[in-house]
Amino acid sequence: MQFFGSSEISPSPPVPTASGNNAHMMYVFNRNGVCLLYREWNRPLRTLDSNQDHKLMFGLLFSLKSLTAKMDPSSGDKGNLGVPQLPGQGCSFHSFRTNTYKLSFMESPSGIKIILVTHPKASDLRESLKYIYNLYVEYVVKNPLYTPGTPIKSELFNTTLDQYVRGLG
Amino acid sequence: MAPAVPRSGDAIFANVERVNAELFTLTYGAIVRQLLTDLEEVEEVNKQLDQMGYNIGIRLIDEFLAKSNVTRCVDFRETAEVIAKVGFKMFLGVTASVTNWDNEGTCCSLILEDNPLVDFVELPDTCQGLYYCNILSGVVRGALEMVSMKTEITWIRDMLRGDDAFELQVKLLKQVPEEYPYKDDE
Repeated sequence: MQFFGSSEISPSPPVPTASGNNAHMMYVFNRNGVCLLYREWNRPLRTLDSNQDHKLMFGLLFSLKSLTAKMDPSSGDKGNLGVPQLPGQGCSFHSFRTNTYKLSFMESPSGIKIILVTHPKASDLRESLKYIYNLYVEYVVKNPLYTPGTPIKSELFNTTLDQYVRGLG
Repeated sequence: MAPAVPRSGDAIFANVERVNAELFTLTYGAIVRQLLTDLEEVEEVNKQLDQMGYNIGIRLIDEFLAKSNVTRCVDFRETAEVIAKVGFKMFLGVTASVTNWDNEGTCCSLILEDNPLVDFVELPDTCQGLYYCNILSGVVRGALEMVSMKTEITWIRDMLRGDDAFELQVKLLKQVPEEYPYKDDE
């Protein structure tokens, strides 16, 4: 098992598999559906205004999560589709892939959702999302000037994140 | 397979950044002292400490989750164990034990034999109503609220009041299901 967070952020970030930036965009949501962060690296086509775009993304994840839990063949105890779940109930997905992009998703038990949209050939990004969660803790949560639940404006976090994501395969 | 939930916080404690225990104790003491001067009423200080703890708790939960690799707990019993064994160890350097479960499994006590906050502390006669460590109950309450558990936390025993240990009663009021946060879309 690997533990994150010694006196530095982490022993070492997961090794990027290739150089070049394959990430398209990234979202961070909190439990109330507030988009804490939206970053964009490569998104030539945009059809919605950003507010709608964030809502759509959050809605997609929310529904997909409840669908995946409903389809779970290994557990019998599930409510009706769409019935709110208690935390700890049900399963969840961690990524899906289309022919043009891959969406990786991580949710912490505290309801922080991190979404990274990349090139469809990107490898398993679960460790990377965890690392990003650690960055969020170090640079955002521990920042006394940050009010929880508001969009992140930390320059330092943005630069570090940018550097890290650019290095991802 | 998700990584197993760590049963003790020793490994994490060894890895996190630590501060000198005496510095920590004295700083906390200075804060309480200042609050007593500013607010004058002991009851108000209790409230303020609880609020401060709550504000810490809602942030601290993310650090806890990120560093401990704890995934979701199955039930409240597991939650209590994780707080006592991993959470307290990680942030205070001591472990608590969990006892006094009620029948429904929604109420239990966390017992701290050793509490670094109270080294060098004696309550003067004027402050007998003070819950010196009330910040801890706030932290636990805030952290649990962020993982959708509304709790009520009370001090049952307090060494500063002559008891033999610190006992913190944690009562689960309700678990809040995750709901779709937006109103009907335009």
